[in-house]
This record gives sequence, C-alpha cells and structure tokens, in this order.
Amino acid sequence: MRPQDILLPTPAGLCCKPGGFHIDPVRAVERAVITHGHSDHARPGHGAVLATQETLDMMRLRYGDNFARSTQAIAYGAEIRLGDVTVKFHPAGHVLGSAQIAVTCKDTCIVASGDYKDARDPTCAAFELVPCDVFITEATFGLPVFRHGDAGEEVKKLLASVTLFPERAHLVGAYSLGKAQRVIALLRESGFDAPIYLHGAMEKITQYYQSRGIDLGELRAVRGMKKADLAGTITLAPPSATSDLWTRRFPDPVTAFASGWMRVRARARQRGVELPLVISDHADWDGLTATIAATGAGEVWVTHGQEDALVHWCKSKGLVARPLDLVGYGDEDEGEAAATDEADA
Amino acid sequence: MNRFAELLDRLAYEPGRNNKLRLLTAYFREVPDPDRGYALAAITGALSFKHAKAGLIRDLITERADPELFRLSYDYVGDLSETVALMWPKAPLMAGHNNPPPPTLTEVVTTLRTLGKTELPKQLSRWLDELDETGRWALLKLVTGAMRIGISARLAKTAAAALGEKDPHDIELMWPGLSPPYPDLFAWLEGRGDKPVNRDVAPFRPVMLAHAIEDEDFKNLDPADFIAEWKWDGIRVQAVSGRDSAGHMQARLYSRTGEDITKSFPDLVPSLHLPAAIDGELLVLRDGRVQSFNVLQQRLNRKLVSPKLIKEFPIHLRAYDLLGDDANDLRELPFAERRKRLQAFVKKLDDARIDLSPTVPFDNWNALMAARADPASAGAGEDADAVEGVMLKRRDAPYLPGRPKGQWWKWKRDPHLIDAVLMYAQRGHGKRSSYYSDYTFGVWTDGEDGEQLVPVGKAYFGFTDEELLQIDRFVRRNTTEKFGPVRHVVHEPDQGLVLEVAFEGLQRSPRHKSGVAMRFPRISRLRWDKPPREADRLETLERMLKNVTGN
Repeated sequence: MRPQDILLPTPAGLCCKPGGFHIDPVRAVERAVITHGHSDHARPGHGAVLATQETLDMMRLRYGDNFARSTQAIAYGAEIRLGDVTVKFHPAGHVLGSAQIAVTCKDTCIVASGDYKDARDPTCAAFELVPCDVFITEATFGLPVFRHGDAGEEVKKLLASVTLFPERAHLVGAYSLGKAQRVIALLRESGFDAPIYLHGAMEKITQYYQSRGIDLGELRAVRGMKKADLAGTITLAPPSATSDLWTRRFPDPVTAFASGWMRVRARARQRGVELPLVISDHADWDGLTATIAATGAGEVWVTHGQEDALVHWCKSKGLVARPLDLVGYGDEDEGEAAATDEADA
Repeated sequence: MNRFAELLDRLAYEPGRNNKLRLLTAYFREVPDPDRGYALAAITGALSFKHAKAGLIRDLITERADPELFRLSYDYVGDLSETVALMWPKAPLMAGHNNPPPPTLTEVVTTLRTLGKTELPKQLSRWLDELDETGRWALLKLVTGAMRIGISARLAKTAAAALGEKDPHDIELMWPGLSPPYPDLFAWLEGRGDKPVNRDVAPFRPVMLAHAIEDEDFKNLDPADFIAEWKWDGIRVQAVSGRDSAGHMQARLYSRTGEDITKSFPDLVPSLHLPAAIDGELLVLRDGRVQSFNVLQQRLNRKLVSPKLIKEFPIHLRAYDLLGDDANDLRELPFAERRKRLQAFVKKLDDARIDLSPTVPFDNWNALMAARADPASAGAGEDADAVEGVMLKRRDAPYLPGRPKGQWWKWKRDPHLIDAVLMYAQRGHGKRSSYYSDYTFGVWTDGEDGEQLVPVGKAYFGFTDEELLQIDRFVRRNTTEKFGPVRHVVHEPDQGLVLEVAFEGLQRSPRHKSGVAMRFPRISRLRWDKPPREADRLETLERMLKNVTGN
C-alpha cells in the first residue's frame, strides 16, 4: 500500500481515508485525532475527538465543555483500531500531553509526530523514538542556524540579570501553554525559590499543570500587586503582553522572551527584547536531523516551518522526502498565537 | 576579541541611547590600550585593513557546510555574518593538543593589516574555530567592514569623551588628526597627556541635518525667522580646501558621513582653489541646466573616472553654506551671516563649477507653498525638475552637527499617491529578515479574463513598526501559495489588503509588465477600510505619466 493512500494532505488537514479521520484538522471534521493542545492543532467544533487526557482537558479549558460532540482519551502506548488502520500514541516531548501518532495500515507504519522536541523538559513525558516507514516531521527550526543549547544555561542568564538589576522587574514573554511552565520548572531547578508572578492569561493553564502533579513552587497572580513590590521579581506573560500597556505596572521592566527564535538577532530586536532566552519546545536542527535518521524511515514528509532545508538534507542522505505544504499551522511564538493569548486574557 | 564581541552583542540589544553610552564608556574604562582603541576605531569605521569580501566568507562556509543549506539559512537570517556565525560547525577538539585561546581584538586587527590575501581564508577559519558564536559574529562583522550595530561614530566619540568628562565636540575637531589605536586620545581623556591637536589642513566637519516638516509645525513657526532655499535632488557634500605646511593647496570632497570621495570627482578639485569649507549639493550640469538624479548616478561609486565620463557628466557644486573661510571657523555664526559670507566667497572664487544656491523669497507660508508646488515660476526656472522641495533654515541658527531640533526643516513636494493591492510578500533583509516586509503591489486593468491585477511596483518601507506587524500577520494568515521565499497573498476584488503607495516619479518601462516604473515607492498608509475592487487602475497611472512627461 502506498503511504499516500493511508495519509493525504487536504485543505482540512492530514486525512486518513482508510481510518476515516483527520489528524490535527484546521477545519471542523467528523472525526479528529489530535496531537497536542496548542490552538493551531487543537481546534473546536469537531464531531468526535481522540487525544490524550491532558490534550482533551486543555481543549476543555480553552473552548469550554462543548468543544466537540464526543471525546475519547487514549494513553501513551495504547493502541486503537479505527476503520482499516490501527492508531497508537507515543510521547512527543513538546508539551504536557503531546503525542506522536503512529498510523499503521497492513505492513506500513506512518508516524505523524506533530510538534516535538528531543531536549529535556521537566514538565512533560520525554520524546519516544518510534521506528517507522514514513516519518512526518515538523520543521519549525529546520535550518542549521538553529541550535538551541542548554535551556538551563539560558535560565541562568535570566537569574544573572535579576541579580544585576535588583531594582527592576523582569518580564519573561513565554507562550502560555507549555513554555511558561517549563521556564518556571527550570527556574526552580536552578534554585530560584521566590514566588513567581503570572499574567492573568496564564493562571488557568498553569494551575492545570500543577493539578497534574508538576511542582512549580509558589505562584502568584500579578494582578493587584503594587508597582514597588514587583522590583526584583520575575513575571511570566504571553509574548504579546510584554510590549503592551500592561507592562506599565512594572518598575523599569527588563523584557525577556523565551523562544527558539531568539537565536536570530533581528527577531529579538524587532520585538524590543532586551534579554533573549533561547528556550524552545521544538527540536532544533540537530534534533530534527538526528531524530529523522534514528526513526529508520525511508521516506520523510516535512511540514510547517522551513520545509525546504530539511527536505534538502533528507535527500542528501538518500531519503525520499517531500514538503507537505499544510496550511494553517503557525509556531506558537508567532503573532498569530499571541493574538489568541490576548483573547484569553 | 570576546570582550569586544560581548560589547557589540549587548549594544545590539540595548535600545536606549543613555544605556548604550554607559556600556561603551564602561568598556573604554575597563579595557586597556590598545584593545579599546581598536574597538573605538572599529565602531567609528576608522580601521584601514583590506576588508574581506562577502564572497570569501561564503566560500569559507560552503567548504564546511552544504551550500544549499547555507543559501536557505542566509535567506532566512538575512545577515551574512550572523548566518555564518550561527551555522559554523564546531571544530573537533584535538586530543593531546593545546587548543589555542581565542584571539584578542588587537591580534585580529594587526594580523589583518599585514596578512597577505592568500593567507586570509586560512587565518579566518582558524579564528572562527577558536571563537564562540558571539565572537564569530563580531569577527565577521569586523572583517567584512559591515558593523551596522546602531552605533554612530558620534555616539562612540561621545562615550569616549565621557571617560574624561570632556566635550565630544572637542574630539570631533581633533579626530581627523588622530589614528588608531588612539593612545594620545586616551592619555588625554585619562588626564595623563596633553590635548591632541588636529594637523589635517582640510578636515571634515560633521554635517547639520534637517527635520521633515509636518503640517502642525507651521503653527509654531514665524516665516520672518526663516530663509528658504530649493532642496536639490543631488548629493550632499562638503568641499574643504586648505594650505599644507609647504604652502600647497589641498582640496577634499567629503560625503555627508565624512567619507573622502575626492578621487571620484577630480574635475571639481581645481575649482576649490581658495581655502574654505563649503556645504553644498553635488549636481551634474549640462549647458547650465541641472540634470536629474538618474544622470548624476552615473558618476557615483566609480573607481575609475574616465575623461569620457567627466566630459559627458560635468560635475558641479551648488553651495548653500560656508563653514570655514580661510582659517576662520564660521560655524558659530548665525546662518544669515554665513550666507552673506558665502555670497562674497562664491563671488571671489569666480568659478563656473561652483555657484550659489538661490534663496526662495516668501512672505508667508502660503507663498512658500505655492513656490514649492511650482518651482519653475518661483525662480527655479528650467531646473525645476531637479527640485525636490524647499529647505527652511532659521536665520539665527549656528551650524550644529547632527539633527538639532527646530533649526533646519525640509519640506518635500507632495508625492504622488495611488491605492494598490498587495499581491506578493517576501521576507526582508537585515533587521527585517524575519518579517514579510517586501511587498509587490498591483493595480487593476482589463485582462483576457476580465478585470485583473497587474504588478506595478515593490515597496520595502514607509510603514511603522506597528504596521509592519499588522501586514506581516495579514500575509501569514492570507497566504494562498508559497514559492520559495515568496508568498502569494490573497488579492481578490473583495478580499485582500489595499496599500496607499506614495512615489516620487513615474517612467515608462518596457521591463515591467505594466509598462510603468515608479521611483522611490513606499507604503504611506494601510487602507484596511478599502475593498481591493476600489483600488486604482492602470489608466490612472498612465494619466499621471502623461502629466509628468507633459510638464
């Protein structure tokens, strides 16, 4: 069976005809299988939704109880039969509850990895390598200029700045689902035990992380705080809020931004970031290429991001590769997702 | 090198002028000679080794990495030095070998001065292996001579002056007589030596610049306080001459940034036969008539100036200010007084290649507006096409370096405006490399299949940072197709973004599908309110073309 008979890109998203479902559909469909809770992958209005419990919970938090007609939770490692295919979920290491979806039909296995990273993250299950025939990979950071380094070192940069400017507040722009909680967890690992402040848009989702047993120490709402009391503190906020009127409540704030994009100066400067922190929930170039090679897949489909470079690399390694040209997926640090954050706030 | 790289890195992210100054001054205080001197030279653009060409840097990276991956990365990052610094593969640590420490700035600068061309690639590779990412970035910025870190020479000198609580103006005056690594300058700043003197007989004086005037500015200005001149569409230059110790006249022509461009205009040098410093506009004149900027352009950036070029493009200096007359510094005098001296000087000089830029008489702003709208009948005559507006200069303004508030104003002629539809977007370069900031726009015309949009130009600027974000978001959300770096953006009669485009001129162009080419197009407004079907038509442009050529 040809792989494209199992999974095919369509305007609604990646469609599995023999299984009768779409993966991460961008339009409302009858049956959706969803990799993780970011809003460009997990959208409301589908008939039936299959996802991990965490992803379903996050969708409920974001969209309300009626985000789909029916839902079914599936655990990592569990297998389920849908039509003529079997579907199995594996940890993707991207955010809490994120999964790669292995779709097997007869003797062909395709892994749709969604967004993933092979770097350590104390707030979610570690990425699991799934051997397969066709590997569908993201390419958000699919250029060799993207090497993310150790996130712990970046957090040390933040703490050094807090020590250097005790009279100023530190505002860390971080996507509210996943990145923010990871930065907090890393701060705790580095020994920072003072209360950490949260923008209103982050409270619900961060409480949800805590309810799943992830220790984030003492967290406080920044709402209602006196300006002077915020000197020397760290506040996490959605990226869009760090350039907003909202920042006026802070004493002479230092603006940081935790994102893989911070590798590129123009990005950081344009956003008015003074303290760029290269912390990413996506695999970097080395991570992408190492993962592709390790899956043993002979064919690679590349989607959302820098498809061209990764496709070129795959071909230079003798792999069959093509871009998927799926439309509608951003990376969560970009303006589009930031706008969603504003709506949440 | 690492301390210097760290300085550049921090400066690159620091938005505030005062914090930039503090960072620079702290660096000059902490770092010993000669490193700090070379750093000052690097930032002020005063280093004089042969710069590595971009091609050489490309060769280095493509030896180490896949050329196609480099191409894609460069396209994305937009800055050659940064791309190479980020993707430079780690050199394997040599076991049992003393891996050398990274080079100092002095080592880099002095090595580059003496290094043969053939040895350069190997030496650069070695340094790139030894340095970290930031170090590699700074090294490449340095050797390619493209610092562009948002620090002006003036700011760097101001920071150095702060080291000894001196007036930056003093440094400007002595600067042409100094050379890197400036031991005598730092000795003076630290109170260990005498004030250095400038022995240059024809030094550059930092230029005075004008603000663009806005409608509301006029409310606070009195016409009686100002003198108006034509704003010429040429090149701003400073022509300086003085006698050296042997009594020979030395003449130099500087660009507005202080770059010595004398060699490109040898035909003007004999005309600078009296000691003075003239501020004026470089123009090409044929039969006494000012030629367009396009004609002048033929004389720019030429390494070799042939007799044919000199004959076909006769160069001319139109003087509008006098900064020095013989040994006298006139910059403290009010403009009206300098203007009188300039008139006398030009008369005394009596040279056909140098004339006086005339003033534009006016009693009130309406009269000036009329003159600006129709320079031909307000005194500019046949040269009206080379007038891009008027300059307003306060009668009592001294000649101040930089862009002082309220002294000089420029008032350009109204640009042409059309409403066009955004068709394609491409990522920008440099600072804008991660944003879709290059826009191709089109207007409506009758096509084979009915109404269709035809591209008429490309614009890269004119929008605010906020508007850039909005357009960037619009592009990302409304992409219909991708072709490599180019995105097709939705452009239907009822769907799409209308851009108000301003431009300076219009020409027929067989190279463009539309048959017209714009000069200096830029986005003047975003018309979110306007449906694309109401954008302008090609016929409108053709009418404008008739009007323009009909003049």
